[in-house]
Order: sequence, then structure tokens, then C-alpha cells
Amino acid sequence: MFQMNRGKGVRMKPAFMWKLWLLLCVSVFALGGCAASSAVDQAKNENQNDSSSAGKEGDVVKVGILHSLSGTMAISEVSLRDAELMAIEEINASGGLLGKKIEPVVEDGASDWPTFAEKAKKLLQKDQVAAIFGGWTSASRKAMLPVVEQNNGLLWYPVQYEGMESSPNIFYTGATTNQQIVPAVSWLLKNRGKTFFLLGSDYVFPRTANKIIKAQLKAEGGQVVGEEYTPLGHTDYSTIISKIKQVKPAVVFNTLNGDSNVAFFKQLKDAGITPKDVTVMSVSIAEEEIRGIGPDVLAGHLAVWNYFQTTDTPENKAFVQKYKEKYGQDRVTDDPIEAAYTAVHLWAEAVKKAGSFDVDQVKKAAAGLEYKAPEGTVKIDGETQHLWKTVRIGEIQADGQFKELWNSGQPVKPDPYLKSYPWGKGLSE
Amino acid sequence: MVNKRWGYWLFFAALFLAPFYLTEFRLSLLGKFLCFAIVAVGISLIWGYTGILSLGHGVYFGLGAYCMAMYLKLEASRGHLPDFMEWSGVRELPWFWKPFAHPMVAIAAAIALPTLLAALLSYLTFKNRIQGVYFSLLSQAVVVVFVTLFIGKQEWTGGTNGLTNFSTVFGFSLSSPLTQIVLYWLTAAVLALIFVMTRRLTTGQLGKVLIAIRDAENRVRFLGFNPTVYKVFVYSLSAAFAGVAGALFVLQVGLISPEMMGIIPSIEMVLWAAVGGRHSLMGAIIGAIVMNTAKSFLSENYPDLWLLLLGALFVVVVLFVPKGLAGIYESLAAVRIKEKRGHEREARVDVS
Repeated sequence: MFQMNRGKGVRMKPAFMWKLWLLLCVSVFALGGCAASSAVDQAKNENQNDSSSAGKEGDVVKVGILHSLSGTMAISEVSLRDAELMAIEEINASGGLLGKKIEPVVEDGASDWPTFAEKAKKLLQKDQVAAIFGGWTSASRKAMLPVVEQNNGLLWYPVQYEGMESSPNIFYTGATTNQQIVPAVSWLLKNRGKTFFLLGSDYVFPRTANKIIKAQLKAEGGQVVGEEYTPLGHTDYSTIISKIKQVKPAVVFNTLNGDSNVAFFKQLKDAGITPKDVTVMSVSIAEEEIRGIGPDVLAGHLAVWNYFQTTDTPENKAFVQKYKEKYGQDRVTDDPIEAAYTAVHLWAEAVKKAGSFDVDQVKKAAAGLEYKAPEGTVKIDGETQHLWKTVRIGEIQADGQFKELWNSGQPVKPDPYLKSYPWGKGLSE
Repeated sequence: MVNKRWGYWLFFAALFLAPFYLTEFRLSLLGKFLCFAIVAVGISLIWGYTGILSLGHGVYFGLGAYCMAMYLKLEASRGHLPDFMEWSGVRELPWFWKPFAHPMVAIAAAIALPTLLAALLSYLTFKNRIQGVYFSLLSQAVVVVFVTLFIGKQEWTGGTNGLTNFSTVFGFSLSSPLTQIVLYWLTAAVLALIFVMTRRLTTGQLGKVLIAIRDAENRVRFLGFNPTVYKVFVYSLSAAFAGVAGALFVLQVGLISPEMMGIIPSIEMVLWAAVGGRHSLMGAIIGAIVMNTAKSFLSENYPDLWLLLLGALFVVVVLFVPKGLAGIYESLAAVRIKEKRGHEREARVDVS
């Protein structure tokens, strides 16, 4: 604690010399580290330029995979990385793309939004990837958006989200609100009742989703009898459950995220509320989450997605089998995993159609592209760069799988700004 | 003294010349790290010198960043409402957003708001002689309050997504390499200025009072000083540094969200100073640069393992060099002195 005072006195001069040298050494180490990696970057870039100038038949094309492999989101995002790597492997096994093998560059977004921006920049500028597959939370997508727009990159975002966005450099392969929330509300009004209790974690998706639900209920004759938000990671739901008991809604519309679901459903069951008393419709609980929460607590409740592991298509049978063989029989597939897998294949199809890896040409070729995905046929909407997707409502079974109760019959056109709904006008100008 | 000064000159010269030997991507990273270094100087000032451990500097950093981001968002929206307000149901720009259309107001607020908040908070706590771990806990509580507020008021702050997607600053495109280099130089210059200023403060009489407060606050009080005044002053000063750093961070990174002012980043800020050596201003700067370089380097090369490696690095530093990187030099310097004294003694023995 007394080092500060030591500096005085002539005797200490050699000490300062040493300090100076060590300071220099460390600063040289720090800056040198930067410079060295910079030099390596440059060398790598030059090599790449060489290989690309040596002809388009250079043997690899890089793509970026940018998910959270650490931090709170890792539990969800690691499976997406796995699905994307599997799709890349499939394409490579069938001869690659335009004569090139796809080389994935995996980066960790670390559940930290500036890191997503940093790594996206690195992938586009340093690795010069042809496309990035990545993101889960809206915040991570919002962080990557300016980076891909400024560098004219291509981002494939595989998770359902709150809509109100359409970037020229992003393809959205998950559902927007009119392919998940809006049809679910209509179905609930018709089949389960008019009184809704809105419960969500406190972040952008639930707040925006509930804004949309309230506008829709007002227009279609429903009623909101409660609206509650809890911080992410919140685990005490006794107050909220007693409110639910008091107002007796027909439906609890649940936009809780992560661990909160475990607490909420367990406490709901302990309070003696069964799916017969009140329908809980969730939009963030898929097979992977059921595995974490436990199917016994969830059985009988509903969820709305575009894909279930039980969806009956030949493509899905092959997909589920391959995924389990590769990553273990205990693993499950779900909607975001399927959307991530489909994203890679859609990009590959667009590249084949364009005959080029160039972003603008791939985008042009992608418009109107159809693909037989595990969830059924999907089509890229050229205008919004979202997918036409089939909506499915399922009931959770005791084995942790879904039994489909209803589907939209055909793919629904994406409408991220809800312009086709008269009540949607007030939400976005 | 002369030699040490030369070391500083060399260090800052190397920083200023970085655009000539780093690629654009690495330069943008270093620019970000220098913002963190500015925060670390402030932490070193209050923790290393004055003994105030603040685990809430993310708030001051965040406030500075949000002030700057509000201006950037308004400039990017070109007279319209910011996009997140439109779909959150806000029809008119809230009154407190309006002044931020002027960049000078935004810059002034980025410094003034954190300073005022810190002054208010520290005056109330230090006046009532709340110290040590109680103050640290209180500073964490402030973080929780602000993060909850910023997430909850989505229609005013952008919620968890924060503010992002900026286009220009003073009419210059933020994505152009030249703007980024100018911003880098600005950051390096601010860091140099803050370093020189803080060094002057700490080597002067004020520095002695601060160290005295750290080591024996009651004695300082008995000597007729009022420690509250000094503590409020340095605490507010370090909050101002964090605010400036936040504003520079937003300009270079292009986004700010409540996550970045949360508890984890706040603790990370303290770690930079701890690794570099909290009792040394230059140590704190180097700590911030080294820790973040290591984070980027490790996560690029070992995406599955990097957290473990970074944790190991931190454990090693805490176990073997508790005084941080700056402590290494000091202990080496001490060895030299011992040797020299030994030689002197031998020489004396010979003479007798």
C-alpha cells in the first residue's frame, strides 16, 4: 500500500529505469500483439486475393457462423450452430457449391451485443465471408444490422421475432408476427375464449408482441384482463399466479423467456391450475425448452410455431434422423434449429441459381426461391426477404413432443409491418 | 522522472501512429479498448488512490453513451421519429429528446449527466460516512435501478435492443475509414489528456490527501481536512471520465444497450484496473488494453474455450501478481535496488 510514496528520492532512479523498460515492454507487447495479428490479417487477405484472382475455381468459400457459444444465450444458440454445420456438411458431401467446398468460420457472440457487431465486422472484413448465419436475440440482430449494411454483407437470421424490420442485407428465416402471434390470437379467440392475460419477460420481444396482441384483441373483440412483465431470470410468480386466479382469464399469452418458464409453470401447477382451467399459449417454448423445463409440468399447454419435430414431411423424417445420428439420440430438433438448417440450404440454392457468391446477385436470385424444408415448402418473399411459412399450433404431450392441433394449411405471406391488417396501421407508419 | 516521462511519450506516440500499422478492423478494436482505458484511469483514481471501490461505473459509461447515441439516432432519422418509437406507439418526440438534436448539447450532457448523478450519489453516501463494501453494494444497486429503467421505458430508450443503426456524425459518414481514423485519434487524444491531467492531480498535493484518505480517513479528518469534499470530487471526476468514454465508445462501436451498463460490464471495468495495477494510472490503461486484446484474441482463436482461458489468465494474475502488471515492474525494480544496496555495502566493507 505504500508504493506510491517510494518514488521520491534520488536512490530510486534505477527503479524508474526499470519501470520505464517494463512499461515499454508491455506496451510493445500489447500494441505488437495488435500489429502482429494485423500483419497476419493482411497476409491472409493477400493470400485470399491471390486465390480469388487465380480464378473463381479456388477450392473454398468461407461462410461465417456467429452464435453465442458462451453466456446466457449459449444454451439455445449452440444447437443452431450444430444444425448449420450439419447443413454445410451435407452440401459439401454432395459436391460443394459452384465447385467450391464451404468452409465455416465459427465465432462466439458471447451473449454480448457489441461482440456480435465486432465479430460480424471481423467475418466480413477479415475473412471476407460470403454469408453469415447467426443471431438469436433481437438485440444481437440489431447490433449486426448496421455492420452488414455498411459492408454489404449477407446475414441469415433464423429465429422468430417481433417484426417491424426489413433490412436489405438480412434474410429472416424465422417467423414474423403475422406467422406466429397473430394467427394464434385469432385461433384462441375462436376456440378458447375472449379474455387474455398477457405475461412476458421484460425485453423488446414481449413488449412489442403484447402491443400487437392488444391492438388485435381490440379489433377482433377480445379483452385484456392483465398485463405483467418480469425481469429476465425472474423466478417468483406467486403474485402473478394469484392475480391469474383472481381474474380467471380464458387464456394466458406467455412470452416469458428462459428459466422464468420453469418457475412459472411449476408454480402454476402447484397452485392447482391445470390446462383445463386456463389455456397457456407460449411463443418461446419449443422441444429444446420442454426438455429443460420437464414435459410433466407442461403437458396440455399450447405453443405456436412453424415447425415441430413431429411435423409429418419426408424431409423432416430425414432431417430428424440425421440430426440425432450426428449429435446424439437424446437431442431434439425444434423451430429455430430447423430455420437455421433451412437458412444454409436456401443460401446454397440462391448461390446455385445466381451462379455467383456475389451478395447482390445472390439476393436477386433468392427472390421467389422455393425450397422443400423439413417444415414443408417455404418461399423467399423478395420484397421483405422473409419466408412464406406454414403456421402450426401444437399441444405439449407427456413425452415432450407436440401434437399438432391446427395449421394454416398453406404457407402464410410474411408481413413484418402488419400492413395488411386494418388494426396494424396504428403500429407502424 | 525524465526517463519515465519518455516512456509515456513513447507509449502515446505508438498509440497515435497506430492507424499506420494496424488494419482498419484492428484499429477499430484498439479504438474501443482506448475508451475502456479511459474508464480504467477513472477507476484507478478512485479505487487505487482513494480506496473507493465502485461497482457501478457502467451506469456513468452508459449515460454518456446514451446521450451521444440520442444525437446520432436523431441525425440518422432525418427529422422523422426514431424507428423504435414509431412501433412502440409514440407519436411525438419526447421533450427530453429534443435538445439532443444539437451535437453540442449531447456532448455536454454526456459529461454533465454522469458527473451530476455521481456527485449527488456520492455526496449523500460519503456525507453520511457510508464507506467500503456498503458503498460498493450501493453502487451496484444503482446499476440495477438504471438497467431496469432503461429496459422498461422501451418507447424512450429502445429497450433491450438499445440504440443502434446510426449513419452520420456532424454530416460525416460513420462507416467511412477516414471518419473512423479521426475518431480513433480523438479517443487517443482524450486518453492522453485525461492521463496527463490525472497524473498532475495525483502527483500534487491533492494526490497525497487522496492516498491519506485511502489509508486512514479518520486521521485525515482530525488533521482538519474534509474527506467528503475530496471523495465527492474524485468520484464525480471518474464518472465524468466514464461518460466521455461512453460517448467515444458509441461513436466507434455504433451501438449502446442497457446490457452494456449492467453489472457484468461494471465489474469488468474494475477487473481491467485490477489486472493492470490499480495503484498505477498507466497500469490501468495497459490493463484495459491487455485484457480486451486477450479477450478478442482468445475468442477469435478458441471460440469454444476462450472464457476458460481468459478466466485462467485472471486467476494467474490475482494469485501471482496481486498488484497487477504494474506490480511486476515494481517488484523487479525493488530487486534492482536491493542488489545495488548490497553492492554499496560490500564496497563500504572493502574500504573499512
